[in-house]
Amino acid sequence: MIVRQSAGNQEMYSSMNRPLTSELIAQLQSGETTSRQLVENSLRRISELNGVLNAFVSIDADGALARADEIDQRRQAGKPVGRLAGLPVAVKDNMCTIGLPTSCGSRMLKDFRAPYDAHVIQRIVAEDGVLIGKLNQDEFAMGSSTETSIYGPTRNPWNADYTAGGSSGGSAVAVASGMVPLALGSDTGGSIRQPASFCGVVGMKPTYGRVSRYGLVAFASSLDQIGPLAGDAWGATLLLECISGHDKRDSTSLNVERPDWMSQLDSSLKGLRIGIADEYFVEGLDAEVEQSVRAAIRVFEAAGAEVVPVSLPHSKYAVATYYLVACSEASSNLARYDGIHYGHRAEKFSDLVDLYSQSRGEGFGTEVKRRIMLGTYALSAGYYDAYYLKALKVRRRIREDFDKAFASVDVIAGPVSPTAAFRLGEKLDDPLAMYLNDIYTISTNLAGLPGISIPCGLTKARLPIGLQLQAPALEEARLLRFAHQYQQATQWHREQP
Amino acid sequence: MATPEYTVVIGLEVHVQLRTESKLFCGCSTAFRPDDPNTQTCPVCLGLPGSLPVMNRKAFDLSVQTALALNCEIARYTRWDRKQYYYPDLPKAYQISQYDLPFSSKGWLEIAADDPAEPPRRIRITRAHLEEDAGKNVHDESGRGADSRVDLNRTGTPLLEIVSEPDLRTASEARRYLEDLRSLLLFIGVSDCNMQEGSLRCDANVNLHVHNADGTRTATPIVELKNMNSFRNVELAVEYETRRQWKQWLKTGQKIGEVPKQTRGWDADRNETFGQREKEESSDYRYFPDPDLLPVTTTVEQIEEIRRSLPETPAVRRERFRSVLGLTDYDTNVLLSQGPALTAWFEKVSQLCGDGKLAANWVTQDILRDLNADGVTIEEFAVTAEILGTLLKCIQTERITTKSAREVYAALRSDAAEEKAIAPADVDRLITERKLEIVRDTGAMDTAIAAALASKPEAASDFRAGKQNAIGPLIGMIMKQVGGADPKQVRERLIATIMAGA
Repeated sequence: MIVRQSAGNQEMYSSMNRPLTSELIAQLQSGETTSRQLVENSLRRISELNGVLNAFVSIDADGALARADEIDQRRQAGKPVGRLAGLPVAVKDNMCTIGLPTSCGSRMLKDFRAPYDAHVIQRIVAEDGVLIGKLNQDEFAMGSSTETSIYGPTRNPWNADYTAGGSSGGSAVAVASGMVPLALGSDTGGSIRQPASFCGVVGMKPTYGRVSRYGLVAFASSLDQIGPLAGDAWGATLLLECISGHDKRDSTSLNVERPDWMSQLDSSLKGLRIGIADEYFVEGLDAEVEQSVRAAIRVFEAAGAEVVPVSLPHSKYAVATYYLVACSEASSNLARYDGIHYGHRAEKFSDLVDLYSQSRGEGFGTEVKRRIMLGTYALSAGYYDAYYLKALKVRRRIREDFDKAFASVDVIAGPVSPTAAFRLGEKLDDPLAMYLNDIYTISTNLAGLPGISIPCGLTKARLPIGLQLQAPALEEARLLRFAHQYQQATQWHREQP
Repeated sequence: MATPEYTVVIGLEVHVQLRTESKLFCGCSTAFRPDDPNTQTCPVCLGLPGSLPVMNRKAFDLSVQTALALNCEIARYTRWDRKQYYYPDLPKAYQISQYDLPFSSKGWLEIAADDPAEPPRRIRITRAHLEEDAGKNVHDESGRGADSRVDLNRTGTPLLEIVSEPDLRTASEARRYLEDLRSLLLFIGVSDCNMQEGSLRCDANVNLHVHNADGTRTATPIVELKNMNSFRNVELAVEYETRRQWKQWLKTGQKIGEVPKQTRGWDADRNETFGQREKEESSDYRYFPDPDLLPVTTTVEQIEEIRRSLPETPAVRRERFRSVLGLTDYDTNVLLSQGPALTAWFEKVSQLCGDGKLAANWVTQDILRDLNADGVTIEEFAVTAEILGTLLKCIQTERITTKSAREVYAALRSDAAEEKAIAPADVDRLITERKLEIVRDTGAMDTAIAAALASKPEAASDFRAGKQNAIGPLIGMIMKQVGGADPKQVRERLIATIMAGA
């Protein structure tokens, strides 16, 4: 049975109890709990909180319980169980699933059911994760606040008047509020890291090509990447190991061996170099955020890492470059939603062209339309060279900045977002302010690098602050190791709403 | 002869479906199945959300092979671009194609000139690029205005676009270019070139270069011709268009660039071109590199490997037939025009009998005639290449006469018509049964001559008295006695015996 959640229940919820992935696996292995119990806990938690938080857009309770029972039986029979061990997992609503709708938060795909499972879904099933349901997002992953979904905004569990960040807001909230220990989001310009930061969880965007995009509904193909959200670095590592690896159905999937990241988590940081870019500590950066980030860097220094200044001179062009590249690709990727083959079709139209324009006009929200128009313009004859081609050139410069910086450092540290979570509605009518919220995260995508967001503090108003670490391509190991070591030395990841 | 008033300038764009098992970017079958719409589809060719294309390297290599046969240069680095437009038969609303970096360019195809005395014409090929085919919109043709339907079976079939330079000068040249191109594609086996099933489609760009009195030339606006579903129609459409454009020039004096490029369709019923909606010049396909696909690199070694596996082209075969088999141009043309299957059949016969000319005579005359009469293809023909080769070998070694061979062939045909299985061994059997072997044993012949003369002594005296046909019955008697004897030899020997006995 699928329950579509809607906001309404405004009662305050009980204080959080959010066990970490490693603790739950230990309990499962010792027999202290079962997968069924964890799934039931998840479902109870969702029914308590989702009315307010609006993280889940669809739930497969019966399917999840049946799956859990099956895994429990296997475990009890002493048969092998996958690495996700029967843990509840939820995914953003832009990943195709046979059993549940895949709406992308859009009216256009509100009733769309994919006839196939995304690669990551197959991986989760193969590792015995239990898919609980699908998570809210900005429409087609276009946004930084999970406010543009047809299902309404997702709310921040630390303060329901604040946004969860976006576009993977549902994923961050589901983990932060203890609905599920693990979730998948997608990150095109910061859409995993920024909501993770706003909600006080770990969120990681892997190297472009590390995780197959097969079955991820495309926003911007050259930037999109699926990644894990979890309560801590260990959980993120586990989920990332389960979903990454070569997939021949995605031509951009990297055919490289996936290292064993888990075994490297405990290695010392002694002698490693952390780059600090001046460009990341500029006007517009909130003082509380800066303090927490600088404090986190001192934690690394205390652990034996060395701080080295680096320069990323082209990062000031990142936002402009990003919005040209991403919107250009989006304008093309979203052209298929034409009302002909599937998705929303207008009831009234006069001819073929009218069918297209009415269906698309009704099916897409304001932000999606804005980006389609921007991208269409940038790719148009006469403008292509000045916009799209120019953006590709700057993108190369941004990548070269990172290549240079990583010649002298192992990771680059900085804030995830200039501020902690902002109020719902605050930036909804100011797209530029909304876009600038991604200023620190988007160059990671433009350069195809891995990036991670880890909780590193709380504002006076008790809103989480995130630390971002970036590494060279394929060096996820470093990020996970830094994150894990940080969480050995601090307790910010233990803070709960 | 008066100086012509203008030169016709024609360039052709040909779309050819490549004969691959699976589609260009997914594993679906490419079979032509119009009666089972939307059965050869998957999330990728349906363009469903989240699906991604993966290039079929075999289709790519096949197109490289075609480009090599067209003498093209092969790009070491090429990539895929999205050509964006909305149409119901295009489920992604973009076609994966190649824009500014096609995988091949700068080739040529040699065709015979209109005047056979002139040297062949080398038609330059601008580029050949690979793209995915669209689906098919199926409209209600009853006129009752029912919903149109979309069949996506064809969507994603590899399509090679071959663009010629505007080097063609007459409508018949255009037709010959297409015929030769088709022949080339058939012989190297990359396409079935079936125009009815849409596996070969052609558009023509036509304009005139008007010869001015001062020796300069003025180009008229280029018109793109579409909807031509046969080579004959291409020829007719270009001829019509030439006349129309000349009249138009005399009337308006419009030059190239003064009016937007026009697209005209060919109406085969009315034998005329008609103006189509002029949307082309306003459409902006917003090409950009497809971020879902990697650029394709091809090494020199890979290109050479493909070149080595290139089957013999018709041009090379033509030359071999002339120089090695000694065939006439006429016979070669007749054979090649029948396509690769018949040509291969001919070559087998030729090899088995050891005489290309003999084989060509039989194949171009008897076999083509009987194929036509029976309405079958060479693959369905009961007399196999092995059987005919065996039979012709008997002529070639002078074991039987051509006349006897025809008798054997006719017997084989009538056996086959009665559904009897026939095999090469039947050739020998029939020769023996019918005593068709040429008898070179003069002793046996002389005995038969003596016996014949003894039984009809008056024939000899009649002959000596000048009655030439008096020996006819004698020859018949001798031939009956020694079946397979050469009648000419029997006649000569009989006359010699009669005259010697005088």
